[in-house]
Amino acid sequence: MTSKAKPRTSRTADGRERIYRHALLVRVTHWINVVCIVVLLLSGLQIFNAHARLYWGSDGAWSDPAALSISAVTRDGEAVGITQIGPAKLETTGVLGVSARDGEPERRAWPAWATLPSFKSLALGRAWHFFFAWLFVLNGLVYLAHLIATGRLRRDMLPTMAQWRNIGPSFVSHLKLHRIRGEDSKTYNVLQKIAYLAIIFLFLPLMLLTGLTMSPGMNAAAPWLLDVFGGRQSARTLHFISAFAIIGFVAIHVFEVFLQGPVNEIRSMITGWFTVEPEKKKETRDDAKA
Amino acid sequence: MTRKLELSRRAALLGLGAGALSGCDQLSEQPGFRNALQSVEGINYRLHRLLLSGPQLAREYSEADISTRFHANGTTMPNTDAYAQLMEGGFASWRLRIDGLVQQPADYSLAQLRNMPSRTQITRHDCVEGWSAIGKWKGVPLRLLLQAAGLMPEARYIVFYCADFLGGASNPNGRYYESIDLVDAFHPQTILAYDMNDQALPVAHGAPLRLRVERQLGYKHAKYVMRIEAVASYRSLYQGRGGYWPDRGYEWYAGI
Repeated sequence: MTSKAKPRTSRTADGRERIYRHALLVRVTHWINVVCIVVLLLSGLQIFNAHARLYWGSDGAWSDPAALSISAVTRDGEAVGITQIGPAKLETTGVLGVSARDGEPERRAWPAWATLPSFKSLALGRAWHFFFAWLFVLNGLVYLAHLIATGRLRRDMLPTMAQWRNIGPSFVSHLKLHRIRGEDSKTYNVLQKIAYLAIIFLFLPLMLLTGLTMSPGMNAAAPWLLDVFGGRQSARTLHFISAFAIIGFVAIHVFEVFLQGPVNEIRSMITGWFTVEPEKKKETRDDAKA
Repeated sequence: MTRKLELSRRAALLGLGAGALSGCDQLSEQPGFRNALQSVEGINYRLHRLLLSGPQLAREYSEADISTRFHANGTTMPNTDAYAQLMEGGFASWRLRIDGLVQQPADYSLAQLRNMPSRTQITRHDCVEGWSAIGKWKGVPLRLLLQAAGLMPEARYIVFYCADFLGGASNPNGRYYESIDLVDAFHPQTILAYDMNDQALPVAHGAPLRLRVERQLGYKHAKYVMRIEAVASYRSLYQGRGGYWPDRGYEWYAGI
């Protein structure tokens, strides 16, 4: 494989150009990722609900000050949900701390619709979480091996020098919610590449390593993990923060799919074929292509 | 028209989401599916046994790291008359029974255990719920008691029977018990602790004797230990999964 490898192309019935963007392996691992991320998030929130407090350092329990906590108090006979972040306290009744279940207010950190299972079960939450964590890691390794072996990492994911120079205009273009058309749509843009690289090489490894750091067995096997993350409770807090960084990525990812053309984008992740929409009017895009 | 379509699409999506969630709830309650999910426990256990085949120790902390308050979970006062009597007598009449697949069954008084070689360790206790607390523990290495008793070759697990019942003393299946493999049983940090933070072990933390098995989660650290049995299999005990919480869906191997 060389960096000059060109994607396969063809024409749609109405004559528009199509490129074969996503290999079968990428499509399959992508949709396995979707299932894994949903299950891991919801089962993770179930596990979090068993002790809805986050600390920094080695230890931390009920009587210790928490960096974040979700709890319920009784005020005038009514249950009130309280979310505390640092010194700030917010009333979050309805979603966090207290939420409705079968029409009745229930005291629980994350609501039933955000946890797996929806009913309270730490044991089942852990069972779901650990099974899908294995699937997610193995699936991720298959994808990563493909990315490296095919040269896609270097060819498609690393920003080019020209892209780095145009990172400012590309940022503005994103803020203006430009739809990317024509030649530019055939490659990933610089912010897109940075986002993918950050997820693959920063947040997902962080997720895995902070997860392992919570395991007392792994702590004995690899004590350096505790030093890297500043203690088991710090690792638990970082696991939570990095989960929300990944949710942020997914939110922007899905938003961009809908902005750029949901049918074409989703189809390309199912069939592999991406239709290149012609540019509406002649204008040079800010995000210069290499 | 468009708005109506939009609304019905949203309703369909919500319905789909709710359907998927309730589907997951139903799956969660199916024994076959649950067993499939829990099959990774075996993978985790074998992997940890590969990684922890040597004398890898759990981290030990300094005096300064000891938590000011150590939360007591589960039973904090065993609710049986037998335990109340032992407690009134300052555990003078308490005996630790060691039997099962051993050459020499034995009974130990608390004084006898205190006269044996001891190990003191400041370690972190990790509850399955998510919190951690650091405490100082002093006790007899379990290894010494097992060596004195002499394990028979077919012994594979060590079972700890406790004085407390969770969910009411009338429930015979509510007796707390736990079991560990021989790797953990002979690990240098696996001790039967009688002191906590330089004081006699408080009742809330398992007086007069509790297990410390430092490379696993808190529920494995059986409190109020009354009897230790060496067995070839724990399948015939209670619900057959080797512990009070494992019988209720938690992992038997709690190194994760």
